[in-house]
Amino acid sequence: MERVLTRNIGDDPIPIDLVAYEANEGYEGLKKALGNLSPEDCESIVKDSKLRGRGGAGFPTGMKWSFVPRGDACTPGHKYLVCNADEMEPGTFKDRLLMEFDPHQLIEGMILSAYTLGADIAYIFIRGEYVVSIQRLRDAIAECYEKNYLGKNILGSEFNLEMYVHPSAGRYICGEETALINALEGKRANPRAKPPFPQVSGLWGRPTIVNNVETLCNIPHIIHRGADWFLTLGRGEDSGTKLFGVSGKVNNPGCWELPMGTPVREIIEDHAGGMQAGLELKGFLPGGGSTDFLTSDHLDLAMDYNVIGAAGSRMGTGTMIILDDQTCPVGMVLNLIRFFAQESCGFCTPCRDGLPWTRQVLEDIYNGRGRKEDLETLAYQVKYIGGIGNTHCALAPGAMEPLQSALKYFYSDFEKLIECTGSQQSNGARG
Amino acid sequence: METLIQTDIHCHLTEEEIVAIDAELEHVPYKSGAAIDALKIVQSRRGWISDDSLAAISRHLEMSIDELEGIATFYNLIYRRPVGEKVILFCDSVSCWICGCESAKEKVSEVLKIGYGETTADNKYTLLPVPCLGACDRAPVMMVGDELITNLDDAKIEATFNQNSSREDY
Repeated sequence: MERVLTRNIGDDPIPIDLVAYEANEGYEGLKKALGNLSPEDCESIVKDSKLRGRGGAGFPTGMKWSFVPRGDACTPGHKYLVCNADEMEPGTFKDRLLMEFDPHQLIEGMILSAYTLGADIAYIFIRGEYVVSIQRLRDAIAECYEKNYLGKNILGSEFNLEMYVHPSAGRYICGEETALINALEGKRANPRAKPPFPQVSGLWGRPTIVNNVETLCNIPHIIHRGADWFLTLGRGEDSGTKLFGVSGKVNNPGCWELPMGTPVREIIEDHAGGMQAGLELKGFLPGGGSTDFLTSDHLDLAMDYNVIGAAGSRMGTGTMIILDDQTCPVGMVLNLIRFFAQESCGFCTPCRDGLPWTRQVLEDIYNGRGRKEDLETLAYQVKYIGGIGNTHCALAPGAMEPLQSALKYFYSDFEKLIECTGSQQSNGARG
Repeated sequence: METLIQTDIHCHLTEEEIVAIDAELEHVPYKSGAAIDALKIVQSRRGWISDDSLAAISRHLEMSIDELEGIATFYNLIYRRPVGEKVILFCDSVSCWICGCESAKEKVSEVLKIGYGETTADNKYTLLPVPCLGACDRAPVMMVGDELITNLDDAKIEATFNQNSSREDY
């Protein structure tokens, strides 16, 4: 298949600079847009490409962009484009690859997106631990200013854009777009109520678009080669390619660019090399820590947003975490809930107080102190902590996804641990 | 009260720190917008944010100490207690857990004789847990200072810390 996002990233990648990027059609999309295309043309192309957000929610990018006020509908002042590079979803390791080894692809995508939206200031909000990515992006941005791909009157046009790398001071919740905006404003990263949506009132009260790294990396190719080409890349109903990853006890964990709609089995068996010797696949989280478990019954599903959604989970970030038959599913869920309880921003009661309660119940079960009633308590928590609308943002509902599906598929593992109560040691395999 | 409010800000922030913070102020519409940047600037020079540093920054940005404290304690990479020369960010998230990070953490604790939140006696390392470091295909992983160390096992952990200490000692 054709590699698009990773065309400059080989199996043993070395980071590429501006010269190498340009040598492989780099900045051709930008030159095409500034020469021949209006911002409206660019938006139509992105809409027609049916690109969906690669950060986890899968919202159509062109539609998200269309909510930004243009022309007379917009009061005078700045508009902002923010790249969400705060990759902290447990089990997710795709944006790091794109930023470390091909930073110019992201920057070109951001310049084109800013041109389309009429944004004049762009931020890359990146987690502070990604020190290599931060340095390579800063170097690449400096190269762009020298070539006038950034700055005033870019390539002789009327278009101006300033770009900054903004390392985060940490916290998972910064990946939520309104929390991210609060963090950029120097505040605590509590998510904001919506509406108003950031497209209308975001950073400093101005129109702001927040897009994931991988989403933005698609833009140069879509503009350069057209929507029709992009539509042909997928194998199923979704367009384009996607970075899919596999972690856990497989033979060859990693991250690969594959067509949208690639079957789960192909990703796990052909690319990740199947399960390690002596282990069976018991379940998997299809796209990071806040997605529902699927099982070996779902291996022939296509990795498309709606297909995975219809099976009761979400494609999320597309980076799968494999549960093997020697790892305790209760322990795995406990690890995830512990993470979510710790990372709650503390604003909404069900999340702040509910998640530590869930963690406590799971700890009791996992450590051989569980009671039969605990399973009813967990079901109750799934209903009320996970209920959409009970909290400001999606952290708590996301936290409940692996738990509710573990109760559905691995109920007997919970029961077995509870039955062991009173015996010397729980039988949960630990790591 | 008078003396508290009128503390000379130069007692606590250096000229160089003030220049660096003021450069950030150019990008924000009001001073408190640079709160996180200011905390990071001071921390990068002093290793952590002491009560004195916090008070000095809050005065400089015209914020209350409490508001700035609420921000400083919210973010996990802002340290409100002293840390060693290098901070070890040890990933304890799901993929690393599946691949055995609990025993790797025990090994780190055994070699350095510290648990989470503690600093070695020679002040070289502070050990902290961190959410997923985004290198799950090479789990378990940790960061030691700016360096990412992957596929952790006993030998690698021993080599990492013994090598670092011997380089300094001899």
